[in-house]
Amino acid sequence: MKLIVPHIHYLAILPVLILFGGALGLLLATALVRTKVTTRVATAVTALVSLGALAATFVQWSYVASHGATTTVAHAIVLDGFSVVATGVIAVGLFLTAFVAHDWSLREHVSGAEFQILALASTSGAVLMTQANDLIVIFLGLEILSLGLYVLAAFDRHRAKSSEAALKYFLLGGFASAIFIYGAALVYGATGSTNLTSISYFLGSNIVLRPALLYAGGALLVVGFAFKVAAVPFHLWSPDVYEGAPTPVTGFMASIVKVGAFAALLRVLVSALGTQMDTWRPILWVLIVLTTLVGASLGVVQRNAKRILAYSSVNHAGFILLGVWAATLRGTAATLFYVMTYVPVVVATFAVVTLVGGLGDENHSIEKYRGLARRQPWLGGALAVLLLSQLGAPLTTGFYAKFTVLAAVVDAGSSTLAVIALLAAAIAAFFYLRWVMTLYADDDLESTRIVVPPLTGFVIAVGVAATLVFGVWPGPIAALAQHATVLFSP
Amino acid sequence: MNVPAAWYLILAAVLFGIGVYGFLTRRSALIMFMCVELMLNAVNLTFVTFARTLSDVGGQATVFFVMVVAAAEVTVGLGIVVAVFRRRSSTSVDELSEMKG
Repeated sequence: MKLIVPHIHYLAILPVLILFGGALGLLLATALVRTKVTTRVATAVTALVSLGALAATFVQWSYVASHGATTTVAHAIVLDGFSVVATGVIAVGLFLTAFVAHDWSLREHVSGAEFQILALASTSGAVLMTQANDLIVIFLGLEILSLGLYVLAAFDRHRAKSSEAALKYFLLGGFASAIFIYGAALVYGATGSTNLTSISYFLGSNIVLRPALLYAGGALLVVGFAFKVAAVPFHLWSPDVYEGAPTPVTGFMASIVKVGAFAALLRVLVSALGTQMDTWRPILWVLIVLTTLVGASLGVVQRNAKRILAYSSVNHAGFILLGVWAATLRGTAATLFYVMTYVPVVVATFAVVTLVGGLGDENHSIEKYRGLARRQPWLGGALAVLLLSQLGAPLTTGFYAKFTVLAAVVDAGSSTLAVIALLAAAIAAFFYLRWVMTLYADDDLESTRIVVPPLTGFVIAVGVAATLVFGVWPGPIAALAQHATVLFSP
Repeated sequence: MNVPAAWYLILAAVLFGIGVYGFLTRRSALIMFMCVELMLNAVNLTFVTFARTLSDVGGQATVFFVMVVAAAEVTVGLGIVVAVFRRRSSTSVDELSEMKG
């Protein structure tokens, strides 16, 4: 028997290689170098590696622009505009997170390079998910992403909550993965392949005689994804995990997992199961209504900043799902635009929460923010802008992000869904605005001034600048999302 | 004697169902974890059965990926369980109630 080795187009997997290579390099260095690898060195390496991955996406972009979308490694990996831009967003997310984590490590006396190694490995999993053109590759990407995150969630050994969060995340994450892969097995049985292009081709050229297997498989795949992006009713883990995990890790989770999972979900539903749209749209419809409304309503009753942001992220997941539901070119572009603008904002928001958390990472009551913007106008003002951006206020990117997904949904024919989502946004506005009001409230308690370390300050500045500059001038980002989607591999 | 493929699929579905039921009802982190492993093995059986009926080697190859992932999950998962156990001397998830809301 002759073994056929598939052709590998190395440019397509260059960002994954760079990120995972960085992780392995750091790991080797900690084992081989006699002196301890300091946090400073590990952060510098992580930042450089993420910039390297970002640079690789520019090369990929010019290749895709001139050669079109291609698949490689026996069609399991796809290189298209969508994957390139999503990869770039993930690299930016890692770059920003590395800086926040650096200052957090110094404050909490966490030394060594393990944090950065795990973050790099996780990121490579997220990138793999954006490029996956095969259910098994999506599963592998999901696991590489999650395994690192489980450990990162447990990273704060001084707090019981941290390991508790990790255990919850691990158990439910493993459960979700098992459901996902069972869905993949059933789809494989129904269509004869796990490759997304082959599935789409099979469904387009055959009439499925016994659709029950396909429907069950598709439903299980959606449930697996819904767990990962914390869509209601599969969101129950997210507030606890967000609260318990170290704050920079929470920001990392909220940003990178969403990009990877939504990119993969979009490929599964739109590329592979596009012909079954009439079947999965109603399911997604219900998920979206529940996710946006429940996320917004439960966020209102929370008093802990990290839990509020957890429900806020549930609400955002609902909005990103809107773009998936539309399943048009416009919807795909809207999804991409949403995650592009969401990542810097959410990482920067959690950077501020990290600072306010103080030594021990425990001060997350909303009361700790009372009068912050009066005492420290820059820090408080930055948080106010970031929260308003998450709310979707005009002149921030949040507004355009929400607008584009809603426009895509109306365009695809469901004004009802758009109205329900708007209603949810209005409910969510309540807790964002209450938080902003707290920031500007009169301060009667004596609070210490929060020191802003330069790197974290830089991240917050980047987040605020991104949301304001592209909020006033969204053209370039929207055009990029548009171009990337035109180059979306079918 | 030739056992029909459907029987394997039903067996896999039953195993998966037992895994889901156990995960949702048992309160020990270790047992819940074992239930996840049971679910993954049910998936493997499903893949192998389909690979046989479809005469496609891809499904069998997939099983190796799932097994590797399951092994990696064990490593990470037991590490986390040990970390929690050291702090609390219990692996019951009902006692993990620091966070509420």
